[in-house]
Amino acid sequence: MKTLTIAAGFAAIATVAVAQTPVLTIYTYDSFVSEWGPGPVIETAFEAECGCDLRFVSVGDGAEILSRLRLEGPRTEADIAIGLDGNLTAAARETGIFAPTGADLPALDLPIGWEDDTFVPYDWGYFAFVYDKTRLATPPASFDELAASDLKILIQDPRSSTPGLGLLLWVKAVYGDEAEAAWTALNRRVVTATKGWSEAYGMFLEGEADMVLSYTTSPAYHIIAEDDDSKAAAIFDEGHYMQIEVAAKLATTDQPELADRFLAFLLSGEIQAAIATTNWMYPAVMPEGGLPEGFGAALDPAKALVYLGEEARTKRDEALAEWLAASSR
Amino acid sequence: MARRVLQISPATWAGGIALALVLALSFGSLAAVALRAEGDTGLGPADWAAIRFTLVQALLSAAISVALAVPVGRALARRRFAGRQVLITLLGAPFILPVIVAVLGLIAVFGRGGILSQALGLMGFEPISIYGFHGVVLAHVFFNLPLATRLILQGWLDIPSERFRLAASLGFGTRDVARVLERPMLRQVLPGAFLVIFLLCLTSFAVALTLGGGPRATTVELAIYQSFRFDFDLGRAALLALVQFALGAAAALVALRVALPTGIGAGLDRPMTRWDAASGWLRVQDAALIALATLFLVVPLAMIAINGAAALPSLPASVGWAALRSLAVALGSAALTLLLALSIAALVVRRGSKLAEAIGTLTIAASPLVIGTGLFVILFPLIRPERVALEVTVLVNAAMSLPFALRALVPALTAVEADFGRLADELGLTGTSRLRRLWLPRLRRPLGFSAGLAAALSMGDLGVIAVFASPDGGTLPLQIYRLMAAYRMGDAAGAALLLLALSLALFWVFDRGGRLDADA
Repeated sequence: MKTLTIAAGFAAIATVAVAQTPVLTIYTYDSFVSEWGPGPVIETAFEAECGCDLRFVSVGDGAEILSRLRLEGPRTEADIAIGLDGNLTAAARETGIFAPTGADLPALDLPIGWEDDTFVPYDWGYFAFVYDKTRLATPPASFDELAASDLKILIQDPRSSTPGLGLLLWVKAVYGDEAEAAWTALNRRVVTATKGWSEAYGMFLEGEADMVLSYTTSPAYHIIAEDDDSKAAAIFDEGHYMQIEVAAKLATTDQPELADRFLAFLLSGEIQAAIATTNWMYPAVMPEGGLPEGFGAALDPAKALVYLGEEARTKRDEALAEWLAASSR
Repeated sequence: MARRVLQISPATWAGGIALALVLALSFGSLAAVALRAEGDTGLGPADWAAIRFTLVQALLSAAISVALAVPVGRALARRRFAGRQVLITLLGAPFILPVIVAVLGLIAVFGRGGILSQALGLMGFEPISIYGFHGVVLAHVFFNLPLATRLILQGWLDIPSERFRLAASLGFGTRDVARVLERPMLRQVLPGAFLVIFLLCLTSFAVALTLGGGPRATTVELAIYQSFRFDFDLGRAALLALVQFALGAAAALVALRVALPTGIGAGLDRPMTRWDAASGWLRVQDAALIALATLFLVVPLAMIAINGAAALPSLPASVGWAALRSLAVALGSAALTLLLALSIAALVVRRGSKLAEAIGTLTIAASPLVIGTGLFVILFPLIRPERVALEVTVLVNAAMSLPFALRALVPALTAVEADFGRLADELGLTGTSRLRRLWLPRLRRPLGFSAGLAAALSMGDLGVIAVFASPDGGTLPLQIYRLMAAYRMGDAAGAALLLLALSLALFWVFDRGGRLDADA
């Protein structure tokens, strides 16, 4: 209790001391602000021009950010949340936590149209199965081929992992009402469904499976950061489900102008280029000069699959029930 | 009698405060979560399936761990060999590792690409599959067999050497020793060991999910996590946490009722000689048991070391800072654990209160997620949670280590009071002088063990810190996850090796400190 009182005292002093410089508090997921993520670059660059103090608070993953903000309610200090994904925007909008942005934003380079005044995409990616070229010469070119093969795959549990949920919606988008039957066939290829992406990817690198659910951009990390071109993403004929990561301003922010300015800054060329090689996703606004070579050729935009807004939410519950039914047998 | 009641009141007070703290942490946090719930929720069929799976795997994991630990503990108790101390320290290792590290170590041995499958492949056999119900149980046995062995070994070491001397002079064989000395000891020690491991497996989450092979391996803790993260249904989370408590409480009631004190009595702390176990056949049997257990435990650890060694010299500086924060948390939590455990143990022993022991044991049945979220809800209006991240972690980790400390301390203190209590009363040894002159010297071994376990457990814990940490304030386990999330699996393996080494060192220092004078 004593520590608490002392700490509270310090908090009060600290608040007084920085009262002159406005503070912009950003809630985001853990890997965004780790020293290897885009967070530190963004902080340095924005503080150099805003005359403000940028404060990151790390909260688990994208879905946990929303839970945390709902838990904190209107007392939250957050001005901006970064890292919700497209599947969450309907639930997020309904809470009334977020406000439309007044920022003047550049045109987006997404393979799909994006009409939303509140949630601002800052990067995106396609889910894909990543494999090792030295161990697998001809990867499957579709879910049907995968199901008919004798390959082993690692996936993530959709209840605890964003990519895991992405795969669920991907299968739903491809198979529609046949999704449950598709899962019955696919499950024979699944080694296990891990809690998060890190476990599955680590196990894949240890050689536990032929392929792992990740992103089409994952091989770029190995090529650019490790000079290793043995990893590749299997491209499926049916198309690939998209993850769109968004940032938004909170309705309760005491720095609305600064928050809008930050959202525009997040889409600036310098930051978008940094996001590509720290978050290993495609930038929402293609920087001048494009992407480093390791990212490879762009996929045909016609192959982009995604549910948006309310549809994503209803499909999510449907797809989860089907997956559980097929997987629990 | 009245004098006695007056004498023990300070101990009772301390114990009462410690218990209140434990109750506030486990049920207060749960209430805080429940109060934030909107609308009412019930448990669906999927929840009941999760409860069933949790119960079955926990019972089986605990039963197998304890059943295997008895022969291994007996072998270790009656043999002296070079490297025995190192082996006993290593026994603590799997238990204190962060789940992901231990699981990767297990997979390196038992996985599809692991060394066992490769060896089988060379001989023309199919690779084995670790994934499924058996994988979950295998991992839980890997985590808990060492703990069970340590707890049971402690029971053997607590039988005074004079009893074995007497047994030898009476011409007792192995069977007689087992009947007269060992079975009564096991009757006292086994239920507690079983309970602790059952409770540990009850809250398992990532192990079950990673090795379970799919949603059939859904535990209650995963259902709680899903309620928070996926559905934001706080009412259901609190309800499930309550179910988890109820399962733990039921197990605690049964276990503490089954346990019986041995009545073996005090000894003179002379070095132990086991005349009854001198036969050649028994030597071979014990050697084989010890060798098998060592292989099972040490090979996965060795794989962690091999995988991490390359990256160890070039780890980023932030890993070093995270390690220092983890060390500070570990030491703080070890100290707090001892304080709480000694207070509660005194209450349990002098008041004969099994309820106090049960409450002190229940913290492992608490959902770390619910405790973390509950504390968050309570603290958020008062202070920025990340400012107290390390303090909260110390507190919660100490509460989580409490059951193990109680397992070690309560039987030891019971024995001390039974053997020396009357003498101490005669001498008027009360209050702090009783603590300093009688309890602390006689309890050195369980105290050292408890502090070592608490420190090491805290070192590897990734519970509440994940809810509270600021971007630059994480502990070593959190840093390992951050490295993995940034694709840096090599660095993560190096950091995991660092964590393994630091945890073992901490455990060794404390545990060794408690055993300086005996059992060399």
